[in-house]
Amino acid sequence: MRPRLAWAAAAYVLVGFAGIYAAAEIPLAERRSGYEFMSRETRAMQDDDAGNPGMLWVLDGEALWKRKTGAADRACADCHGEARASMKGVAARYPAFDAARERPVNLEERINLCRTGRQQAPPLAFESRDLLALAAYVARQSRGLPIAVAIDTRTRPFLDAGRASFFRRQGQLNLACSQCHDDHWGAKLAGTPIPQAHPTGYPLYRLEWQGLGSLQRRLRSCFAGMRAEAYAYGSPELVDLELYLMWRAREMKIETPAVRP
Amino acid sequence: MTSRREFLVLACGAASLTAATTVGAQIDPNQAALRRAAMQEALRKVVGNAQVRRGKVRLELPPLIDNGNAVPLAVRVESPMTPADHVRAIHVFTEKNPLPDVVSVTLGPRAGRAGISTRVRIADTQTVTAIAQLSDGSFWSDSAEVVVTLSACLEEGLI
Amino acid sequence: MARAIVNLPAQARRGEIIEIKTLAAHPMETGFRRTQLGELIPRDIIRRFVCTYNGAEVFRVDLHPAVAANPLIAFTTVATESGTIEFQWVGDNGYAVTETVSIRVE
Repeated sequence: MRPRLAWAAAAYVLVGFAGIYAAAEIPLAERRSGYEFMSRETRAMQDDDAGNPGMLWVLDGEALWKRKTGAADRACADCHGEARASMKGVAARYPAFDAARERPVNLEERINLCRTGRQQAPPLAFESRDLLALAAYVARQSRGLPIAVAIDTRTRPFLDAGRASFFRRQGQLNLACSQCHDDHWGAKLAGTPIPQAHPTGYPLYRLEWQGLGSLQRRLRSCFAGMRAEAYAYGSPELVDLELYLMWRAREMKIETPAVRP
Repeated sequence: MTSRREFLVLACGAASLTAATTVGAQIDPNQAALRRAAMQEALRKVVGNAQVRRGKVRLELPPLIDNGNAVPLAVRVESPMTPADHVRAIHVFTEKNPLPDVVSVTLGPRAGRAGISTRVRIADTQTVTAIAQLSDGSFWSDSAEVVVTLSACLEEGLI
Repeated sequence: MARAIVNLPAQARRGEIIEIKTLAAHPMETGFRRTQLGELIPRDIIRRFVCTYNGAEVFRVDLHPAVAANPLIAFTTVATESGTIEFQWVGDNGYAVTETVSIRVE
């Protein structure tokens, strides 16, 4: 074998092994919330409701929950009653299968389906203050409860699509989500630790955003970081990815409204 | 005798120390000089020609910040806070933010304790200064050095 | 809508120093940022926070653009008598928010 060919073969074998190694998911016991990668100060900001700025949105959501709206002149509370009881654990189960759409919908889409169907009101725009507030208020009722998305014959194809997207190299940097968040979590990128990417606290308050934002906003910004074209808000690809991430974080506890740097 | 492992630890430590000191060079040096001058001016407006002594004031800031958009800052001033002897004002200044002023607090004996906690924007690795004016007119201060690291995965556009 | 959150004890002993924590919903737009098209975003900040206790001012803060979005202001006051503690935030573009909390002092 000529030296150059030998090198190529050796490189091929190495890359091959790296590929097999890289495909490994994080063992359940080693999973850690992004909370654990934060500074003491940012953790304190999340822990204290009196100082957690995400609570401003939660309070907004509570007001919206009780406000009658749409042609039906109905409030969320008119059907669902007290959110503390009726919404407990709900956000931990989303994205969930919607029979009419024949696919999973995320929490924001579920809220908008209620608005258009039951309240006969126009849907709220993705990332609008009102939609984030309602989602934060609903998800707040699941704080401390384990994530438990339902994976069955109906949702499995979408879970698989989300997983494939997580492991697919894309964008001009030719990166897969898994390369940072499965293979190199805990390592540092420009001085900040790479987290495992568990969506435990959405919608959450990001110091970078100086406001509350959804998981889809964060995912879109990851795509931009990989120099890939980001999917539009509400696109099925993003919901599939959300479903995979929530399954990947199964049994981890909801932290909404979380704070992240 | 230094083992190989110890050497590596030492070398990495030295490298990160170098990194910490070079982070400061984020702003154009000319602009940094202008901003420092603006801070001196802002300070003069508050204290005039009075002497500012170190002590009595404690400025609390995390030494290393993972995002400069919301940095917890607390100022505590030693004072009995009585009508005869209390803190009248607390001012916080930054050396390299676009504007030197951060907050100015007006308080008195009814505060019970002299202090404030808030969250501030720190544009760059720099020195932050807190100055308290007591009821006898004297000025006291404390300063803190802050290192700002920027996250790698920021959204494009506005920061 | 929630424009501010105020936290303080509902009752206290006379002379007790109580801790007060406030959060106001506000972007604190610095006036130094630009849009992606290069246009300067005009300043929009809270300029002043005042706390009055039964009508008497006990704590005041002048804020500048260096204060983080959704400002947190935490401080203390002496519980002197029962009554109301009022919190007022005033800022650019006619922003004005008032919260009132009652306190029982024994």
